[in-house]
Parts: sequence; structure tokens; C-alpha cells
Amino acid sequence: MDSTILAILLQDGVVNGAIYALLALSLVLVFAVTRVIYVAQGEFVAYGALTYAALDGGHLPGSVALLGVLGLAGCAAGLWQARGRLDRPAVLRLLGETIVLPAVIAVAAIILAPMKPGVLVEVLLTLAIVTPMSPLLYRIAFQPLADAPVLVLLIAAVALHLTLTGLGLVFFGPEGFRAPAFSDITITAGPLMIPGQALWIGGLTFALMTALFAFFERSLTGKALRATAVNRLGARLVGIPTERAGLIAFALAGFIGALSGVLIVPLTTVYYDSGFMIGLRGFTAAIIGGLGSYPGAVLAALLVGVAESFSSFWASAFKEVIVFTAIIPVLLWRSLRHGPAEEEE
Amino acid sequence: MSVLDVSSVTVGYGGITAITDITIAVDAGQIVTVIGPNGAGKSTLLNAIMGMLPSRGTIRFNGQNLAAEPIAARVGDGMSLVPEKRELFATMSVQDNLRLGFYRNRAQGKRAAQAALDDIYDLFPRLSERRRQDAGTLSGGERQMLAMGRALMARPCLLMLDEPSLGLAPLIVRDIFRTITALRQTGVAILLIEQNARAALQVADHAYVLETGRITLQGDSATLAADSRIVEMYLGRASPPMGG
Repeated sequence: MDSTILAILLQDGVVNGAIYALLALSLVLVFAVTRVIYVAQGEFVAYGALTYAALDGGHLPGSVALLGVLGLAGCAAGLWQARGRLDRPAVLRLLGETIVLPAVIAVAAIILAPMKPGVLVEVLLTLAIVTPMSPLLYRIAFQPLADAPVLVLLIAAVALHLTLTGLGLVFFGPEGFRAPAFSDITITAGPLMIPGQALWIGGLTFALMTALFAFFERSLTGKALRATAVNRLGARLVGIPTERAGLIAFALAGFIGALSGVLIVPLTTVYYDSGFMIGLRGFTAAIIGGLGSYPGAVLAALLVGVAESFSSFWASAFKEVIVFTAIIPVLLWRSLRHGPAEEEE
Repeated sequence: MSVLDVSSVTVGYGGITAITDITIAVDAGQIVTVIGPNGAGKSTLLNAIMGMLPSRGTIRFNGQNLAAEPIAARVGDGMSLVPEKRELFATMSVQDNLRLGFYRNRAQGKRAAQAALDDIYDLFPRLSERRRQDAGTLSGGERQMLAMGRALMARPCLLMLDEPSLGLAPLIVRDIFRTITALRQTGVAILLIEQNARAALQVADHAYVLETGRITLQGDSATLAADSRIVEMYLGRASPPMGG
């Protein structure tokens, strides 16, 4: 192997690793705040990718209808959970979040989609359509289980993943889609040809991580989210509504998933069920990082990305095997170091 | 008028009643204590008042029935609980812990938040010295101060303290009780749960004795402190009361 190939493989690995890092970060965040292992995170990658591809082709994406359905279901779930203690502001807020917001987004999509409004508007519209689905799913699937053990939440998350894959087939159809890159610029640095999309991925990942860092370190809402993750009871005692914190965490995860989808669909063809494998790499990274450490997750994600690109060069038939078996020595090492896990809470 | 009126409150978990038919009242500016042995249901009572446990009976706060109000709304109304285990945000700084105590009042803006923070630092200068440190690195006494400071950041009209002396050295316990007495001057009503009956009766105006889920005695703290049954069971000459 010469240095050119090495550089190309590294670049490829880092670009993919950046996407996995975003997914791993949102998995760690959702787990910390709600104790849900968000298996369905990958579906948001597929939904984001397919929604963007449809908008890019000038079609109304199927996800708009799905958003409407989830909105209605979320409204019903919210009313049911709050039965007996509903007051006017709470109902108005619920209606705003589950009915009005999806309706506004749907109208915007119906108007804008046929106009082919350009990359920026299409990306923003994609994020607007896909992101709200995640907090709606939290309302429907996880809020009623808020006090359940981690295992029950995991089972619910797996069920949600299977459901969303099925819904993806219904609303997007079985064909795969690919979208053009955001721009056709290529930067040549020595032997390396860095495609524009790689720069977009690197730049947006970095910007998003910086924004997340500022959000959690500087804003009171971000601190409230961290507080909920650190000590749920303490958070409830200072009056942080922990279900609200869960909604915000899920919204962030949905946003990151959708953005990852938009970023990768110019690189690879995405099908309705492609999200799971991508999400699983983010999950691998989150686990290697310890499912509690944000820098650990980012570092592990970059490693997973690089390991993937090198194994696809040397042993492409085994690349998935190699990436996912990397988790086993890490788990072994962790269990040897920490001894048997204590029962949670 | 009473700040807190608890009448005929019963709490049960899965068939077992933890407290039965409890009626207590706390007036504005008063320190009221509930003493009793371990497992009598003292913490259960506070958790029910705070809305962390479902209960039967009525709980009125400033005249308003709290029936189904969630915890967050109770905090917003001016009720704060300092739990027995402190429940601090261990990996966050002392200052962030305090700022989060202001969460329900955040609409009042930065200046109000800073004023509340300054008040807490005046009350506990020790916390000011440690403001950048993680809460998890504090000593037991400092943790209790931080838990109280965080609760006071919400500017409550009722502060509920669950075993504030638990696990603390006698000198620190004295400090904490001194602070409780000082807080009375600010007009906040205090409901104090304690196993350390001697210290609690010294600072409180009114006291209730809770045994196996029922109120068995109540009255002026001074009267109760002289009551032979209390002296025998909780104050005892030969064996001093256990602090936890």
C-alpha cells in the first residue's frame, strides 16, 4: 500500500467517522436523559436522506404524510396521558406541537416541493419535516414508559425501529435514491482530492459539535438537560419538567439523524432500510466510548470510520464483521475492569 | 393563615399504608418539625406534600388545593424540598447547581438570578469559595449547604428539609441548625423532618411526633421537649439521640 491509498482511506474513514460521531453523540445524549437506547435513530438517517432526495427531484416526500399521522397519534397520546389534569395552556401547547406545527411544515412542503427551491431550502425543509417526528415518537412510545427499566425501554426502541422501517417502506417505497452533492468543488491537496461533500460533512459536523457544546455549557436549557441526565430526582425537585427534557433530547437526536441522512445521500444510495446499519455503527461507537462520554463517543466513532474504510480495502467481504466485532474486546475489557454490573437504579 | 395545610393525608404503596390520616399545618414564618424514629414515614410525608408520591386527603398550599399539580408547578408556587440524599448534580459546578435552582423563575431574567445567587453566597460564604468546583467534590456539610442553597434559589415560601443533619459531624450540624434559625428571619416557613429530636425541638416553634405512620403527639416545641414520653423515647439522658 502506498501513501496515496493510505491517505484516501484515512480521508474516507474520517468522513464516515464524522457521521458516526454525530449519531453516537445523540445516542449518548438520549440515553443519558431518558435511559432509552435509541435503536431507531438510524431510521432518521434514512428518512432524512430519502426526504432530501425527493425534494431534490421536485417531488413531495412521503414523510410529509407520515409527519401528519404521527402528529395526530402524538396528540391523542398526549391527551390520554394527561387525562384528568388538563388545563388550557397545556392543551394549547400540545395542540401547537402535535397538530399546528406539523400542519405548517406540511403546507410549506406542499408549496415549496414542486418549485425545486435549491439546496439550502431543501435541506432546511428536510430537517423541518423529519426532526419533529422524533419527539412525537417519544410522546407516543416512551413517555408512557418513563419509569420502566432500561431493558423494557430497549425492547420498545427495537419495536419502534421495526415499525419505522416498515413505515419507511410504505411512505418512501422500495427504491433507493441518491442526491447530487451540495456543490461540485474539489480541493486538491498534494495527492489528495477532497470532494466538496467531504468538506461539508467535516465542516457541519464540527459546527454542530461546537453548537452542542455551547448549548450544554452555556444555556440554562442545556444545563437543565445535563442536570436531568446527572440526577433525575434532583432535576424534578428544582422544577425541571423531565418529560420536557426527554422531548428536547429526542428532538436533537431526530435533527442529528436527519442531518446525517442529508449529508450522506450524495455519497451512497439510501434505501428505506439503510438507516439501521448506519445507526448501528454510531451505536458501536457509543458503546466503545462507554455510552456516557461525549468525547469518548466521538473518538470511537472516528476509529470505527477508519477501521471500516481500511477493512473494506483489505477484506471488503468482512468489513461489517470487522467493525462490529471490534465491540467484543472493548466489552470484555470493560467487564474485566469493572466486574459484574450492578442492577440499575 | 397557614402556608401549608395537610389534612387527613394517607399514602400507600402497593397495599401497604406508609402514613395514615396525617393532619399538620405550617404557618408563615414558622419552623415546624416532625420527629420520629427511622421508618415512621417522615420522608413519605414530605414526598407526598411535594407531589412525588400520590396521596389521598387534601394538601393546601397558600390556600390553594394542590390535588393534581405536578412537582414543577409546586416549585413554581414556592415550595422547595431538600431531600435526605441531597440529590445534587454531582458532575456540574456548584454555581451551575445553584443556577438550576432558579429554573422555575428563569423568566425573571439574569439580574434576578444574579441577585438570588448573591443572597445564597451571603448565606453560605463557603459555597462562594467553591463556586467553580464540581458538586461531587464537596464535603458532606458543603453538600448539605449546596442542597439548601439550591432549594432557596427558587425563593420558596415553604422550605422542607428532610434530615438535614444526617451523616454530618456535630459541629456542622450546629452550623446547619444555626442557618435554619437565621432563615426564619427571611420569612420563609420551614417544615423540618429530623431524627435528631433534641436539635429539632430547639429550633422549632411547633412539633409533631410521627410513629409508625401516625401522628401520636403534637404541641409547642418547648412543651414537647419537657414531655416525659418524649424525654424518655427521643431525648433520653443516658443514650443521646442517634443522628442517623
